[in-house]
Amino acid sequence: MSLDILNLTDRTPTEEARRQVEICNACRYCEGYCAVFPAITKQRAFADGDITQLANLCHNCRGCYYACQYTAPHEFDLNLPGILAEVRQDSWHRYAWPGAFAGAFQRKGTPIALALIVGLALLFLALTALRPASGEGFYAYLSHGGMVAIFAPAFLLPLVAIGIGLRRYWAEVGGQRITFAHLRDAVAATANMRNLGGGQGQGCNFEEGDRYSNRRRVAHQLVMYGFLLCFASTSSGTVLHYGFGLEAPYGLFSLPKLLGVPGGLLLTIGAGWLIRLKLKSDRDLGAASAWGGEVAFVLLLGLTGLTGLALYAATDTALVGPLLAIHLGTVLTFFLTTPYSKMVHGFYRLAALIRDAQVRL
Amino acid sequence: MTDNATTWDVVIVGGGNAALCAAIEAAETGASVIILEGAPLEYRGGNSRHTRNFRCMHAGPLSVLTDRYEEDEYFDDLLRVTKGETDEHLARMTIRTSETCLPWMEKQGVRFQPSLSGTLSLSRTNAFFLGGGKALVNAYYNRAADLGVAVRYEAQVKHVDIQDGVFAGVDCEIAGQPTRINGKAVVLASGGFQADLDWLARAWGPAAKNFLIRGTPYNRGVVLKDMLDQGAESVGDPTQCHAVAIDGRAPKYDGGIVTRLDCVPFSVVVNRHGQRFYDEGEDVWPKRYAIWGRLVAAQPDQVAYSIIDSKSIDAFMPSVFPPIQADTIEGLGQQLGISGSVLKETVERFNDACRPGVFKGNELDGLATDGIEPPKTNWARPITEPPFYGYELRPGVTFTYLGLKVDDTARVTGEGGRMSNVWAAGEIMAGSILGQGYLAGFGMTIGTVFGRIAGREAAAYVA
Repeated sequence: MSLDILNLTDRTPTEEARRQVEICNACRYCEGYCAVFPAITKQRAFADGDITQLANLCHNCRGCYYACQYTAPHEFDLNLPGILAEVRQDSWHRYAWPGAFAGAFQRKGTPIALALIVGLALLFLALTALRPASGEGFYAYLSHGGMVAIFAPAFLLPLVAIGIGLRRYWAEVGGQRITFAHLRDAVAATANMRNLGGGQGQGCNFEEGDRYSNRRRVAHQLVMYGFLLCFASTSSGTVLHYGFGLEAPYGLFSLPKLLGVPGGLLLTIGAGWLIRLKLKSDRDLGAASAWGGEVAFVLLLGLTGLTGLALYAATDTALVGPLLAIHLGTVLTFFLTTPYSKMVHGFYRLAALIRDAQVRL
Repeated sequence: MTDNATTWDVVIVGGGNAALCAAIEAAETGASVIILEGAPLEYRGGNSRHTRNFRCMHAGPLSVLTDRYEEDEYFDDLLRVTKGETDEHLARMTIRTSETCLPWMEKQGVRFQPSLSGTLSLSRTNAFFLGGGKALVNAYYNRAADLGVAVRYEAQVKHVDIQDGVFAGVDCEIAGQPTRINGKAVVLASGGFQADLDWLARAWGPAAKNFLIRGTPYNRGVVLKDMLDQGAESVGDPTQCHAVAIDGRAPKYDGGIVTRLDCVPFSVVVNRHGQRFYDEGEDVWPKRYAIWGRLVAAQPDQVAYSIIDSKSIDAFMPSVFPPIQADTIEGLGQQLGISGSVLKETVERFNDACRPGVFKGNELDGLATDGIEPPKTNWARPITEPPFYGYELRPGVTFTYLGLKVDDTARVTGEGGRMSNVWAAGEIMAGSILGQGYLAGFGMTIGTVFGRIAGREAAAYVA
């Protein structure tokens, strides 16, 4: 940084973030809010990779923005959560593989909506074309083999793509070999969203300006745990199917349903709540350029839960067919867009937390 | 203006820490309270928005504070910095009350955090605000809003209407509109006059025009002057302000904490003519921090330059502006706008005076020069290893000492004795206790203690 501190034009997001981080490093009033500020104080100069790491470590709790004596109209013009959010978006774009899809579903809502239409159409087509001669429950509409043929690649290919992105991230931030202690620390921070806690459990500054609230933190965890429960539900079904020869449909007191029904409820409620909170928040303190993409992503995630619940509620009715197509089409769209949508934030943030643990522990 | 019709129980002039404490205390009794904050919402909170901690007495570990810090030690610290320019009764009352203030602050929503990195020496005496002073100010405004306190921003009070020692209202401009606010009691908490450069120049001399103001541009002392013109008793040296040496490239106003420079003890400091003028290694920096503002103010054009080499560049907290850098001392001098050859000569003379010994950056290491004037009595290492770095230093004014004299109920005294319904709190009366020098976090202590007293007293008066 130099004396052009006051010239805010013509800077890349990374350069602008570096300018702001250097001001933070001379101030340090925000040390107690989250992991970002203690990480800043460990350095005097910040390479691009350092800025990327700080950006992905930032959970956008916004505590630092409202506490900052240098926000606009002050000439230093700090908005650290805003600029780190933009750097974060850029970094996911840069790491995405294959590059042709980079950012395709990240910033705008329309591509996600279009992807959903395509996903739904594909599933209706599949149900029509691959309708089995016989089968129970939803296997009457799409055979187990048909589902596996569609979803095994739709699940595994995005994972490969994300894996490649994470490797690129790890190289850029200078990550080292991961130990159990690093992992434990990062997972613990994720489990209670420590970095949305404001440093003392009072929460973040999101939907009520400078007042602290834990609503966003709780809503986010409803979504996260809801998603994990749904994922566990599907996994348990796979295990029952292949390991024990127990095939769907499963009763209410089976593992897939005991995990899936609460999971779907949490996911649906949490996603709706998150969007409500997002509508009340100040867009400029997040990645303003990605607002539409983020909202559309949360809607899509919520829809996977909602359509799953609807499908279950429609058991033994004529609606199972169309609802199955809608649910599976939504899930398909979610999986395929994952490496190029907001969903990647979870992977990169966990990586950033692991990297942060390496520096601290 | 709709405000004309109302007569408020308590009118609070100012919108920083002391004003907010007064407003909250008064509103908690059920009084109707209005805050007149001169700044717009974005800049609300006066100098409090730049603060970071609160000096607090405690008999044992309290919140984030470690160990204990008792009345006599606290008072001794105050005596040392003020050189006796204090009122022992008020000072001890303030110190004692600080212990009960911290839990009260937490109850109002203020959050504390452990001592910041680089400030471990304060972990026993000073409780740091999570997020700093602006977060504290936000918490208080939220609490005040919950209590129904009215707030007017951009409300510049021009005149406090006092007849025969009795307050009736204030004349102000709110967002440029002349407005009268009537009230039954008033708390004056509108700060000092350090942002009024003309006033500073009258008190200090024309050199003051070159001073930087570290805090809010809204503390122009309009209310203080109005009160003094009406015969209110004053306290504190009218010609003095507290100034520290800060980065010369800081903004004229509101540069705050990030403009501080901690490199002086590791450097040689020269003036515009390339000459040294004071012992840079006199004592550990927190104790010397406060005198360098005056030292620099006394130099030609109120500017000085701190010169270090690559051995010392990582020895102090980073500043917001990068240093000027060069491979030779002459080159550095030229880039700083001073004579390179003279600077080279000064540095060489200093280097020749350095003696062998062990450098210890965190303590008085006794590594002193021999045979130069002024000497450098600690941390005197030759400046030899390029690249060389230079920082421009200028005086940065933090606050002024002149204020209203108050008693231990925060009441203001006029020509006819104690005014019946006028109280003062915060910087506008801090000179009563801190008559000279500076004690980290003590301004916030005075503001909190007297703000709370003023708010309670004013509410009791109107009840």
